[in-house]
Amino acid sequence: MRKPAQEQKIVLSPALEAARPPEKVSWDYTPGDRFTAWKVRWGIGRMNCRVRPGLYALGSPSKGSPVFATANYRLSFDALRRALTGTDAWLLVLDTKGINVWCAAGKGTFGTLELARSIQDSGLEKFVTHREIILPQLGAPGVSAHRAAAYTGFRVIYGPVRADDLPEFLRLGKKASPEMRKVRFGLYDRLVLAPMQLVYYGKYLLPAAALLLLLGFRIDALFTLAALLTGAVLVPVLLPWLPGRSFALKSAVAGLAVSAAVCLLLGLPPYSAAARILIYTAAASFIGLDFTGASTYTSLSGVRKEMRLATPAQAAGLLAGLAMLLAGRFL
Amino acid sequence: MSMKYLRGVSTLRLDADKCTGCGMCLNVCPHAVIRLEGRKAAVNDADLCMECGACAENCPAGALTVKKGVGCAQAVRIGFLTGTEPQCGCGDDSCC
Repeated sequence: MRKPAQEQKIVLSPALEAARPPEKVSWDYTPGDRFTAWKVRWGIGRMNCRVRPGLYALGSPSKGSPVFATANYRLSFDALRRALTGTDAWLLVLDTKGINVWCAAGKGTFGTLELARSIQDSGLEKFVTHREIILPQLGAPGVSAHRAAAYTGFRVIYGPVRADDLPEFLRLGKKASPEMRKVRFGLYDRLVLAPMQLVYYGKYLLPAAALLLLLGFRIDALFTLAALLTGAVLVPVLLPWLPGRSFALKSAVAGLAVSAAVCLLLGLPPYSAAARILIYTAAASFIGLDFTGASTYTSLSGVRKEMRLATPAQAAGLLAGLAMLLAGRFL
Repeated sequence: MSMKYLRGVSTLRLDADKCTGCGMCLNVCPHAVIRLEGRKAAVNDADLCMECGACAENCPAGALTVKKGVGCAQAVRIGFLTGTEPQCGCGDDSCC
């Protein structure tokens, strides 16, 4: 029998590995960057576009240049780089496992300890004479400014929510206006998130629709696609105009309208139409409810509350519709 | 668009006695839930609160508390099925 190997691999501590000189980066936003952003929005190679954590020199920063912290998600890093066009600065990229600032702050990877570790490991204090670091405001759920200051000696200043507002923030003497402090959820913000919903549910529902088509249920294949598009695209687009505050209700209304329209279009008899409306309204409601995760204003307590009611209602709608279709076959 | 979610569900609590009026919570709240009245923080409208936890995390006086969490149905479902707290992201297929 072979003896277990004696030699052990020497692992450098993360601190030693990180002690490399800051990499230089530019403000340029290339077609390649644009293509990467597009791919990320569609969920292609999403987790392979991490930025290496550590300190970066944007332009030609000096010892007095401002320091900005960000996540190692490619879109976060690029948004910061672009927003600072013309400003020489230090960028401190935290290891958030390729997750954006806000979500990482929620998980705690964009957090006080990771910030303190990055400041120390990068040797930031050797590169600047001041002791200030500007964080994106949306990093605040994970970072305790007063504790970070106590650990590192760096004063944490919260910048604006959006990187685009950074030039104005700097012009105002590192002050954010109340408007800069507010998160938005406009049509564009909702639209860029729709592809991820579409890809996530498309993974299951496109094969399901194909199967239904092969089995000869052409009508149901069409309804399945309609429910997918309703929950993943129509709900995000129409969100402010759909009635109620509950996402499940908003999505059910959209699902009801779309499936009723499809029934009319196909001229389905009332019994079969009612069954389809039940099933696909429930499906659209289920998919649309998941948009709570992409939204910028839903709370855990609220989602829990609406799910306690919505989940049984969705299940009941689905089962009732299926039972009706099944019964219809034998009657 | 209106950013109000369900009524009366937020777990945000403010202990005005502890508040020192530093205004840090106003800096970090993404929905302007809190205002400064004289030298004390006051809640504008708790229905605007999304329980992100930024105010509590950054309150040096410990005057604010909130049960922090993600307002995501998928996370709640996964948490329910696995018996853990709702968390978003489950490895490489992470949503955000």
